[in-house]
Amino acid sequence: MSLAFTLAWRQLRSQWAAGEIRVLMLALVMAVAATTSVGFFTDRIQTTLARQGAMLLGADAVIVADHPIPAPFAAEARRTNIQTSHTLEFPSMVLHGERSQLSEIKALAPGFPLRGSLMIKQQGGEAHEAGGIPEPGSVWIEPRLANSLQVREGNSLELGNSQFKVSAILHSEASRGGDMFSFAPRVMMNVADVPATGLIQVGSRVKYQLLLAADAGSMKTYTAWAQPRLARGERLQDLSTARPEIRNALEKTQQFLGLAAMVSVVLAMVAMFLAAMPYVQSSQDSYALMRCFGASGKLISRILLLQTLMLAVIGSALGSLLGFVGQLGLGWLAGKLFVETLPAPSWQPALAGFVVGFATLLAVMWPSLLRLRHVPALHILRQDIALPTWSAVWQYTPSVVLAFGLIAWHAADIKLALAAIGGFSALIVAVIALTRLLRRLLLALPQQQSGGVQLGLAAIRRRPRLFMAQVLGFSLGMAALMLLALIRGDLLHNWQSSLPPDAPNRFVINIQADQLDAIKAFLKQEGFPAPELHPMVRARLTAINGKPLDIASYKDERAKRLAEREFNLSWAADMQDDNRLLAGEWWTAAQAGQPLLSLEQGIADMLHVKLGDHLSYDVAGQPLELTVSSLRKVEWDTMRANFFALTPPGVLDAMPANYLTSLHVPRAQENMLNRLVQQFTNLTVIDVAAVLEQVQAIIDKMTNALQYIFAFSVLAGLIVLYAALVATRRERVKEATLLRVLGASTTQIRHSVWVEYLAVGVMAALVASLIANGLAFYISQQVLNIPFSFNWQASFLTISLAMILIPAASWWVLRRFLRFSPREILHST
Amino acid sequence: MTGAVLPDGAAAQALSAVQHENNVMISKRKIMQKPLAVEAVNLDKHVSSNGNALVILSGLDLAIAAGERIAIVGSSGSGKSTLLGLLAGLDNPTQGKVLIQGQDIAPLDEDGRAALRARCMGFVFQSFQLLPTLTALENVMLPLQLAGREDAKSQAIAALERVGLAHRLSHYPRHLSGGEQQRVAIARAFAPRPAILFADEPTGNLDAATGENIIELLFALNAESGTTLVLVTHDLKLANRCGRVLSLQQGRIVELEGVA
Repeated sequence: MSLAFTLAWRQLRSQWAAGEIRVLMLALVMAVAATTSVGFFTDRIQTTLARQGAMLLGADAVIVADHPIPAPFAAEARRTNIQTSHTLEFPSMVLHGERSQLSEIKALAPGFPLRGSLMIKQQGGEAHEAGGIPEPGSVWIEPRLANSLQVREGNSLELGNSQFKVSAILHSEASRGGDMFSFAPRVMMNVADVPATGLIQVGSRVKYQLLLAADAGSMKTYTAWAQPRLARGERLQDLSTARPEIRNALEKTQQFLGLAAMVSVVLAMVAMFLAAMPYVQSSQDSYALMRCFGASGKLISRILLLQTLMLAVIGSALGSLLGFVGQLGLGWLAGKLFVETLPAPSWQPALAGFVVGFATLLAVMWPSLLRLRHVPALHILRQDIALPTWSAVWQYTPSVVLAFGLIAWHAADIKLALAAIGGFSALIVAVIALTRLLRRLLLALPQQQSGGVQLGLAAIRRRPRLFMAQVLGFSLGMAALMLLALIRGDLLHNWQSSLPPDAPNRFVINIQADQLDAIKAFLKQEGFPAPELHPMVRARLTAINGKPLDIASYKDERAKRLAEREFNLSWAADMQDDNRLLAGEWWTAAQAGQPLLSLEQGIADMLHVKLGDHLSYDVAGQPLELTVSSLRKVEWDTMRANFFALTPPGVLDAMPANYLTSLHVPRAQENMLNRLVQQFTNLTVIDVAAVLEQVQAIIDKMTNALQYIFAFSVLAGLIVLYAALVATRRERVKEATLLRVLGASTTQIRHSVWVEYLAVGVMAALVASLIANGLAFYISQQVLNIPFSFNWQASFLTISLAMILIPAASWWVLRRFLRFSPREILHST
Repeated sequence: MTGAVLPDGAAAQALSAVQHENNVMISKRKIMQKPLAVEAVNLDKHVSSNGNALVILSGLDLAIAAGERIAIVGSSGSGKSTLLGLLAGLDNPTQGKVLIQGQDIAPLDEDGRAALRARCMGFVFQSFQLLPTLTALENVMLPLQLAGREDAKSQAIAALERVGLAHRLSHYPRHLSGGEQQRVAIARAFAPRPAILFADEPTGNLDAATGENIIELLFALNAESGTTLVLVTHDLKLANRCGRVLSLQQGRIVELEGVA
């Protein structure tokens, strides 16, 4: 073993025993653990997200077309060993005796679904996996179709030219997630039966789907091959188009996890930076002595570097291990989120943990390494000959670059990274400026205060760098934790308010104007609150600014479909609270009856409609001219009824309208729905309870995961605060002891500590509150797209706690040393 | 720290020149026959303190023959430790030069001087200065290893045996008494058989009896190895055991006659 290695190892071991590098090591382990646990977990969540998406599609990707899908697509898939299946979807009337109902027919080929499953109920039993597709000659139908046609399992249905036996009731179709608001009930049949029905003719509106499933690599290759070959009316849907309300929650959780990991790394770096201070102090004697005995600068560098690498290896290994255990906890919390178990974590996060461990430690230690490398040998004779000063900016450049790099990497979002870098930089500048200002003020003040107060203020004047370092440490720690707490609060609040336990789980549609009072009375009698009834007028968009609508001019397939189909226009006096005004103004009561229109921004963008544009509609043959007076953002994941297009009250009065409402029906009261449909036979009830429960369950699990990772960050924060306390302990113990030798009482020393740390706490908390609120505001609004509420209580609480806890903890750290005799302490320091 | 403020004008320069001549004559008088281990020529050390130039050493000349024992005495703040630092190449003079075994150390960079120290110098300090992270044996091995000696371990064991600490090889400094720590330091200083040994107040942190033992040991080893000894102390009694006693007064060397 080389001399450098031996010396590095021995020094490390003994500094561990003396406690000097324990805080440094602890902080490093936390940084790595936070990174890896979030990394391991995000890795698994991403895989799960993909699977969730796949379940919704029934495949990993689907080619959808309004005509039979050209054969080469399926041929290429088979050639590259991709599993395939196909379906046809079309609307048709279904008849049973005298009754008929417009239904959405889905004809399945063997193998469907390639991902996820169909759940059916047979012979009054529990829902179970279908394990296949309907046998030829039989169909599976949705309960509401069974209701409206009054059919049961075993009965016959007429579909086109053919008769079918109902062999099962369709319980859930995961792959229908995207169209849960499509109004017609579902019938599933075997694709082999389709020709005989004679339902598909030239000009029929049929949706053809080719389902594809394979490993991610093959799918990527296939997608790249297929995309350029898609012709008009053909599109490829993949995992990125999963159900929005769930994707939204998962995405935000991932963003929060990224933020938390980033905050943990920032906190750990601050802790390490502070912990490096006593380490440098205690190391300089050793290195000066080695210089004295003839060690070259190169040898010193090698020892320092080796020691840093040893710390990094040990810290990274322990951190990765802890991170792995940590993510097991996260996985356990989120594990029952999805039908399938979470996939096993990969080794990548452990590798990332090592990169983080080495990078953070190097970033933090670099300036110290440079200084220690140049420790003057004369220091051994003259303790007043100190280390070179910290002034050179270039010494910090690699650290700053590394730190920014780590932040950007963890944030995984450029806006988030820039916000964090900007915010934390502003904090550093503010702390430096404020501490300098305070010192100048103190120097200018007449020094007449007596006793402990005087001693405390003198300490700030005397050790401006240590004072600044402490304010910086506390402030960064508090800001990071506050930021996380504020955003976590906003996120949870946002989720809870968007999906409260009584969120609507049934939509009732097709209510006629003359039924409104009767339905209100019915619901009142059943003990339900007065429903919000939304009018709906079917209208077709014909012209924009007088120019007839040219559907072919839209390049986007979705825009084409939107322009083609009928819109549901509605009216409202007030804007719903899950809508946010983006442009223009909402109408006043006085504007009732004016031909104004409020559009959802997404649809306005897609149809290239701007504020002030004139839109022409055709409502059952009647022309209607409206001017766009506002654009709104709609939170679709609230599960409440929302409309793309709204007018003021009084505009659509003369138009044929029907109404829609949403209700929360508890499980125990589901019978009410049967009575409702029996009494008002024209109504259709859409059941979204299953979807809602799934979304709520996911959000609950995500909330747990979020709290768990937050706890990780709090732990990292506590380590920072501890590091800030012990960073200057050596000097303060020595100073307090000297003061005692000179006759200062314990009370005077206590006052001095309280005064100094009150100043540290107040200054740190003020800056932290300011920066954390600013950052939280920006991140909520710009990155997570959730409303931000200024939380003055949190700021007040932080400042109050800082004023009490920081001086109290400092005193606690110092106090035990005052029990020893001054002689013992002066000898040991 | 105190020091002599440099007087202005030609009178001061004249005085300095005369003293310089005197010092050189005194220093070289007794050692003409032997090669020089350490030589300082017209050494100045100034530092700036609160904007004032503080003169610690001024026009100092010194010649120490190989194998000689000299003591440098002076009151606190007279610049003894500064002089020791300059002679050992731990610090740079403001002016003048230092020669170690005839080699001018001024052209050497920090690493060159470190290598020179590893080759021919040993140190004993007032506060022992053992590396707390190393055992007694490892502390003694350190300078041997830095000098690239392959027999470091056996030499270190022999040195510790010589100072009576054969039973303390694996003890860490914190488990040793002050006297034991200084004995380890002495073993460390002599183990590489340095040509020159610098000792800075070696008994300063010890009680009288322990200090006495340490001095006996130091002188005994010095006698055995024939090392040149440069001892800095404020203890005249200890200084008188050296062949020559030089007193630092107002930044200059004055040889105390008749003390040897």
